[in-house]
Amino acid sequence: MQTPASFEYERATSLDGAIAALNERGANARVIAGGHSLLPMMKLRLASPEHLVDINDLAELAYIREEGDEVRIGALTRHVDLLRSDLLAERFPVFRDAENVIADPVVRNRGTLGGSLCQADAAEDLSAVCSALKAKVVIRGSGGERVVGMDKFHIGPYMTAVGSGEILTEVRIGVRPGAGSAHEKVERRAGDWAIAAASAAVWIEGNAIADAGVALAAVGLTTIHLDRAEELLRGKPPSDEVFDQVATIASEDCTPMPDGRGPVDYKRHLAGVLAKRALQRATSRALHQEA
Amino acid sequence: MNVTMTVNGQEVTRDVEPRMLLVHFLRDTLDLTGTHWGCDTSNCGACVVHLDGKAVKSCTVLAVMCDGHRVDTVESLEKDGELDPIQQGFHEQHALQCGFCTPGMIMTTRALLNENPNPTDEEIRIAISGGICRCTGYKNIVSAVRWAAEHERAGQEG
Repeated sequence: MQTPASFEYERATSLDGAIAALNERGANARVIAGGHSLLPMMKLRLASPEHLVDINDLAELAYIREEGDEVRIGALTRHVDLLRSDLLAERFPVFRDAENVIADPVVRNRGTLGGSLCQADAAEDLSAVCSALKAKVVIRGSGGERVVGMDKFHIGPYMTAVGSGEILTEVRIGVRPGAGSAHEKVERRAGDWAIAAASAAVWIEGNAIADAGVALAAVGLTTIHLDRAEELLRGKPPSDEVFDQVATIASEDCTPMPDGRGPVDYKRHLAGVLAKRALQRATSRALHQEA
Repeated sequence: MNVTMTVNGQEVTRDVEPRMLLVHFLRDTLDLTGTHWGCDTSNCGACVVHLDGKAVKSCTVLAVMCDGHRVDTVESLEKDGELDPIQQGFHEQHALQCGFCTPGMIMTTRALLNENPNPTDEEIRIAISGGICRCTGYKNIVSAVRWAAEHERAGQEG
């Protein structure tokens, strides 16, 4: 029987209260939301927090809305709501692509956006999605809020910029013209973690790619943001030729480990194929060519 | 710590350790052994119950997280000796062999039909994709859910 080690439990009734509780308890306190990463880690003693602060009652952290030139998503938004959001499907269809293949519908009823990002598992899909979209996250502590770009958010395997006594409260994604995005994943069976996955976003102006983001999941110690691909794509007209070059970059810049999901050569190859497919679909969407 | 929740329509209060999982609270504390405890890793779906009407895997929810909330298990489905259409459908379509996955499959598909009374086979398959039937009887499970959907709709129209 797998049961977590003993801990104290507290139900937060306000965001400030949750932050105060975390500060009071120090480094051994953890936030719990959906619990579908933290509880399995606790069962396996990979995590042993002494104090859990449950934020599931903080309904004010569950929302998806457009404000000005940003889409803002509350950290407590569940996978199922990300999947079903027509606003997200319209603005950033990469979310629906990814959510359709994250775990299974019952798990998606519980797991949250904030939990997924804060778990910082390199194989987790939404981190790649948010990296490709160049999202920013809002981190709140007792001293106020700070906004951190996804490029500075993951600082190592299972490590993020969220410090002790802080909570990730919101994800912000800029709305810019000519946007298209897509997520491609290969998994061994329905609902599994990726063997490899790629998220791509493009912003097309006229005939050229004004900006792009490409990120990989499951093929390194952290989510991999392909900076070289972004530089290559910027200013170029979209073409299979340039996407093939991105595929080469993806294969070169990832750092997969051999495991039961496949050997290194296969994973590098797959990362390249998926990066290209994601870019092709993102581009079709940006140009409204997708059926 | 004390938790109070509504389980199958009845309010219950118990003193539990914070680390107790909902599946063990239901089975060991309340003696509601209809909910099965399977993989313990949120992979198999045998332990699915409804938390505030939504299907959840009770091996990955703490009992204390349900304080003040509503939990419904497979025991809640039969009413006055009458099986729920999904239970009846599993019977009619022979949708169980060993029966271990059955409570989770039934609660998962009950939640599906509550939201979508007329699902396609594809939608049923997606809905049960978080449940594992090691007898591999998926085809009959899909038939059972379709049977339930058809009879439930006929019953409501009649």
